[in-house]
Amino acid sequence: MSLHRSTLAQLSAKLAAKEVSSVELTRHYLARIEAWQPSLNAFITVDAQKSLAQAKSADERIAKGNAAPLTGIPVAHKDLFCAKGWRTTCGSKILSNFIAPYDAHVIEQFDRAGAVLLGKTNMDEFAMGSSNENSAFGPVRNPWDLQAVPGGSSGGSAAAVAAMLAPAATGTDTGGSIRQPASFTGVSGLRPTYGRVSRYGMVAFASSLDQGGVLARTAQDMALVLSVMAGFDERDSTCMDRPTDDYAAGLGKGVKGLRIGVPREYFASGLSQDVAAPIQAAIEEYQRLGATVVEVSLPNQALSVPVYYVLAPAEASSNLSRYDGVRYGHRADQPGDLMQLYKRSRAEGFGPEVKRRIMIGAYVLSHGYYDAYYLKAQKIRRLIARDFAQAFEQCDVIMGPSAPSVAYDLGSKTTDPVQMYLDDLYTIPINLAGLPGMSIPCGFGDKARPVGLQIVGNYFDESRMLSVAHAFQQATDWHTRMPGGFE
Amino acid sequence: MLSLEQIARIAHLARLELAAGEDAAMQQQLNSILAMVDAMAAVDTEGVEPMSHPQQVTQRLREDRVTEVDARAIFQSIAPEVEDGLYLVPKVIE
Amino acid sequence: MTWEVVIGLETHTQLTTASKIFSGASTQFGAAPNTQASAVDLAMPGTLPVLNKGAVERAIRFGLAVGGRIAATSIFARKNYFYPDLPKGYQISQFELPVVVGGSLAFMVGDEERRVNLTRAHLEEDAGKLLHEEFHGKSGVDLNRAGTPLLEIVSEPEMRSALEAVAYAKALHSLVRWIGICDGNMQEGSFRCDANVSVRKPGAPLGTRCEIKNLNSFRFLERAIEYEVRRQVELIEDGGKVVQETRLYDPDAGETRAMRSKEDAQDYRYFPDPDLLPLAITPEWIETVKAAMPELPEKLRHAFMEELSLTAYDAALLTESREKSGYFQAVRASTSAAPKMVANWINGDVSALLNDWGLDYSNSPVSAQALAKLLGRIHDGTISGKAAKEVLHAMADGEGDADAVIEKRGLKQMSDSGAIESAIDQVLAANAKQVDDYRAGKERAFNSLVGQVMKATKGQANPAQVNEILRRKLAG
Repeated sequence: MSLHRSTLAQLSAKLAAKEVSSVELTRHYLARIEAWQPSLNAFITVDAQKSLAQAKSADERIAKGNAAPLTGIPVAHKDLFCAKGWRTTCGSKILSNFIAPYDAHVIEQFDRAGAVLLGKTNMDEFAMGSSNENSAFGPVRNPWDLQAVPGGSSGGSAAAVAAMLAPAATGTDTGGSIRQPASFTGVSGLRPTYGRVSRYGMVAFASSLDQGGVLARTAQDMALVLSVMAGFDERDSTCMDRPTDDYAAGLGKGVKGLRIGVPREYFASGLSQDVAAPIQAAIEEYQRLGATVVEVSLPNQALSVPVYYVLAPAEASSNLSRYDGVRYGHRADQPGDLMQLYKRSRAEGFGPEVKRRIMIGAYVLSHGYYDAYYLKAQKIRRLIARDFAQAFEQCDVIMGPSAPSVAYDLGSKTTDPVQMYLDDLYTIPINLAGLPGMSIPCGFGDKARPVGLQIVGNYFDESRMLSVAHAFQQATDWHTRMPGGFE
Repeated sequence: MLSLEQIARIAHLARLELAAGEDAAMQQQLNSILAMVDAMAAVDTEGVEPMSHPQQVTQRLREDRVTEVDARAIFQSIAPEVEDGLYLVPKVIE
Repeated sequence: MTWEVVIGLETHTQLTTASKIFSGASTQFGAAPNTQASAVDLAMPGTLPVLNKGAVERAIRFGLAVGGRIAATSIFARKNYFYPDLPKGYQISQFELPVVVGGSLAFMVGDEERRVNLTRAHLEEDAGKLLHEEFHGKSGVDLNRAGTPLLEIVSEPEMRSALEAVAYAKALHSLVRWIGICDGNMQEGSFRCDANVSVRKPGAPLGTRCEIKNLNSFRFLERAIEYEVRRQVELIEDGGKVVQETRLYDPDAGETRAMRSKEDAQDYRYFPDPDLLPLAITPEWIETVKAAMPELPEKLRHAFMEELSLTAYDAALLTESREKSGYFQAVRASTSAAPKMVANWINGDVSALLNDWGLDYSNSPVSAQALAKLLGRIHDGTISGKAAKEVLHAMADGEGDADAVIEKRGLKQMSDSGAIESAIDQVLAANAKQVDDYRAGKERAFNSLVGQVMKATKGQANPAQVNEILRRKLAG
């Protein structure tokens, strides 16, 4: 089997057995990235020299016999994880010249594990978007159909994994930015519990919702990567100081007796039949494997999009105030005064979607509107979180679709932002509650585009979620389907 | 509904220059977003505690120790304009 | 017609932590620009704040010192505005739930004790500094100070004159240094006041206030308030209206003027900082802090008045600083001199000496023990009070302890009654006219004779003894 068709776990075994070196593996992927970059645009920055230097030290480490599972494995990173010496753009013109002077905690964790930084992946600007059409570096295309969007905002990472340009990639998920692109590109994606992965050095979009996670091809690969990413970091006040589980070791637990909650609201209006059918089939597969299904209710689910589009822009409007052209990033030419420096640098540096959200955020926090918008949204956020707490009294995981449809065509939804926002209906509630969520491929819908099954777990229950996903992938082969044309 | 004057005021608060014509498009988009958001108004939230954080935990405290060293050179290597160790901006009148 | 002045103060005290409130960068004053600005202080993308325990501990100390309520839970909020000295585009502060609520501060205005209630005290981060020297017509930004912990102490608008506001500010300045939370260095900006000033007719509702920002000396505070009161009164009396605004005091012109950078209607869009969790302070923590607190100046001041019968004025001066009151108590512990005498010496000659030398009680060249010994020599009659002043200065100059200086300079009083008597006999024999005058009832002649005796003994005779013997002899 060719290298790039191997899973991360298989590559790890090949490296350990010295069947391939990290340098060879890294070269192989770098060549693939180069070949497919023009058609997919999945990467923003690639630096072969830097990657190969890391691969070389990984090989030395392997030779010394103290390799970890990810030593020598090339991993692509969403371009919002700061990596020292690497340009880190966050998909924005305003950071197009930003060379990070430090590493994100996540990057440090991969460095310690001996992984190779393969490149920085394309994304919606500041992670704001669901189609990857909001990148200052151009849209990413879906490997299953170049006319289709890959989803967003971690669209570059999803496309890279789907097209086998990387065995795994990091992403972040503020409102579905890992799960939805995973669903659209037929890969597996995990957003851990809020606080499981440090946010230090991860460029912020909405601080109380952002969480770093992984896109890979199998539950096993996600377990290996999560084991590296997760962990306590004292530089992030919201990062939880609790031990991580041995995610890979827990994979084989099976699903006998597993109680699957299926919210009655999930299959109501708005869900395409071509998506509903594979989801139903996947849940039936779980029942065959010994799980039981219970109906649960998430009555405030429909409010999650309105709540999210108050809270996330509010936090974002404040988080993005630091981009002022003073200390780093884009600065307008010859500003006449301070006000021009601010207004022009920011107007030139931010794209339309980012500006919209900054405006909405500034408005909902402004004098006279705070209570009606921000405070109200925070209260409903609690109601949404309570719905999940009640549901988890009756079930172990919740299952449903990751997105209401398969990937749509580029440009088909750009004219109406609200329509695109509403598509995040299934993913957003999890972020509001701070829960872990996952998407795994479970079939194909219209135009033979992939469909993802969303699995939501209780707080810090990633280990169980991974074993649940693993059981499905042991019994089915959806996760092994690859888009054609990438050999 | 946001007026064009409100759009201008918010853009000023957010320090965003809106190009000619951009304000009307912004007005239309923001109003459609706010119309969607208005669904919240109907919800009874009497007695519900606002939720700022996903986890019900309290702030961890750092010991009072100096742990940072001078890294001005590297930080200022990516700055738009510096002189004598200072970041420069157009003249500020207080 | 008279106007009533209403003043409230917001005081920014820089806390004495080694590191910043949300980062591990040093807070030391005077470093080269931007060498103490870490990635967090520079608001580099992805950086996050973590709260300094030392800053919270100091806030608790303050809350205990003013009898405020220390919040079991307080919240950090973002105050959003753009300014080049504010790298994140927001200041992390506390808004709805501050760390300390209420409390009060008592202080003397002349001989009268006043008590001003405090609204709150909250933790926040300081901004950087703008330098307006010529950089080709540009301003320079130094972010070393950005992120330095501040405790902002807000008083109720209970002060009625500039004098009273200054007395409050001085008492607060003394207190924060006393409890060791702020070094009080006003030149370096460690203690800065914003004054909210309004005027009204007595009994009328509060007038529109103006906020005068960044007053970093007591003199400027006083002058700025006085100017502002005059300005507002004249404005109203001329039929105008006071506009609520932020003003700056220009010490050279002696005027306040509206701040350009604050002309915009402010809309700070406060909201809880999602990067920081609620700050919890347990009763156990408060108890631990309380156990390590020094005795407070107000308590000590009352003790000095009640137990040592000192005047309110003396007691207030002695409790100006913890070092001074400690010095006083140390002197008291090693001398039997009367408390009033010790107080007079410390508030008078010793304070003047330290002032001249630019020193304070923590590094006085005359130790408490040395002063006690000197006062002992006055008390036991070895030297006169006048000679003691000379000894004090000699001791400060390093000439040795009191006894060595007295010996070396020959300042010992003549207390040998035999020697004094023989000197008196000689003076009486040589001044028959004055003796006759005295006996004829001219009291002035007595003073002249005393003077002659002191002259004859080169000033070393104990004056009390001279008086006594002379009267006896003249009577005989």
